[in-house]
Amino acid sequence: MLSSFLIIKFLLAIAVFAISLGVAAYATYGERKVAAFMQDRIGPDRAGPFGLLQPIADGVKMFMKEDFVPANSNKFLFVLGPSIAMTTALMTAVVVPWASPVNGVALQVTDINIGLLYVFGVVSIGVYGIMIGGWASNNKYSLLGALRASSQMISYEIAMGLSLISIVMITGTMSLGKIVEQQSLGYWNVFLQPLAFLIFLICSFAETNRAPFDLPECETELVGGYHTEYSSMKLGFYLFSEYVNMFNSGAIMASLFFGGYNLPFASYFAQMVGQNWILSLIQFLFFFGKILFFIFLFMWVRWTLPRFRYDQLMTLGWKILLPLSILNIVATGIFMYMSGQIQ
Amino acid sequence: MILLQSLNSSRDFLPILLMFIVAAGFVSFVMVVTQWLGPKHKSKVKADSFECGIEQIGNARSPFSIKYFLVAILFVLFDVEVIFMYPWAVNFKSLGAIGMFEMFTFIAFLLIGFFYILKKGALKWD
Repeated sequence: MLSSFLIIKFLLAIAVFAISLGVAAYATYGERKVAAFMQDRIGPDRAGPFGLLQPIADGVKMFMKEDFVPANSNKFLFVLGPSIAMTTALMTAVVVPWASPVNGVALQVTDINIGLLYVFGVVSIGVYGIMIGGWASNNKYSLLGALRASSQMISYEIAMGLSLISIVMITGTMSLGKIVEQQSLGYWNVFLQPLAFLIFLICSFAETNRAPFDLPECETELVGGYHTEYSSMKLGFYLFSEYVNMFNSGAIMASLFFGGYNLPFASYFAQMVGQNWILSLIQFLFFFGKILFFIFLFMWVRWTLPRFRYDQLMTLGWKILLPLSILNIVATGIFMYMSGQIQ
Repeated sequence: MILLQSLNSSRDFLPILLMFIVAAGFVSFVMVVTQWLGPKHKSKVKADSFECGIEQIGNARSPFSIKYFLVAILFVLFDVEVIFMYPWAVNFKSLGAIGMFEMFTFIAFLLIGFFYILKKGALKWD
């Protein structure tokens, strides 16, 4: 009983791991193609048809590079930094529900009742990866980049946490599985909480250190930011964890605000194909489409908007997003009280 | 037997451990392999910290702006307060109007503190 449970969960964990890595690998290719099309170029087209083998070539190149550790760095922490960044990035997707259950087997690695808190916990540990790596390098650019990255990430984490409280208020649960299930009955949460979604979206840009919040790796000021001294697959892990995090935040946004695996007219579809694996497959593909759209949105913004200045970034996080999300909580509470949804 | 029972009660959390084993296993495997592959050329100049082509001056581990420390302290304060709100939000519908106004009082105190740090200029960056 326990062993069959463990085997199923282990297979699911492997599947989630493979999907995260696969999507992240092809997101690097997608990023270069999107950037190329926006700048009227062709982009990578040498490795394989349409350059489709480019991520594999990049991976092999990263492995074959010299793995260099600077003399005056802290050796152990230097290795620990990228390891933490990658491990935490891979562990976030555990609580995401992928589709409705097939033959009673939930297509979700685990549906813990504190799902949202788990996501925040793991994302917070990710800050350590950057901070430890930047400090261990013993390089001025790395240290400044790490300081910027960590203070930016922790500043936006507060607004992020506050923006999701209104979602928890209307759903009454922190389990992602239940939140997605509830949206199959009524409206997607984005229609009930548009402001919370907007705040969460902005914060996830800042959390993943993506443009317009990519100050930690601001090339013109800081060379490479916190990963200036890194080479080989250690550098690869830092760059890669950013893409895995993009995938994760796309998945979290899709499940919290856009109905997760639910498609429009879900009940109609369920009647047509029946409650079986075909429905689950359609749901999975639909969910995947939503995630890919969010990944595209991340790239679209990166190649469209210029970078913030540091004081603008801090002002936006603390003086605009934080009061706005508190306002959203109060407004949600009063609205629910007025409409008689609470006892 | 007792171990098995405690395992069953925390059954939902076991898969997280599995995922950690998969992720950490992959990461440590790659860390070992990448050290083993690839060329190795050592030289004294190369082992120095990168400083845009000039010789390294001083140590990177020098004092830095107190502002970052202040932001970290404020983060701890506010994050703890955010965590307080989660259990309240889960039980929001059953706590009723009294629970709601109690939390609004808490939020008001939080906002007073927030305006205090704004007036003190703790979040001014220039």
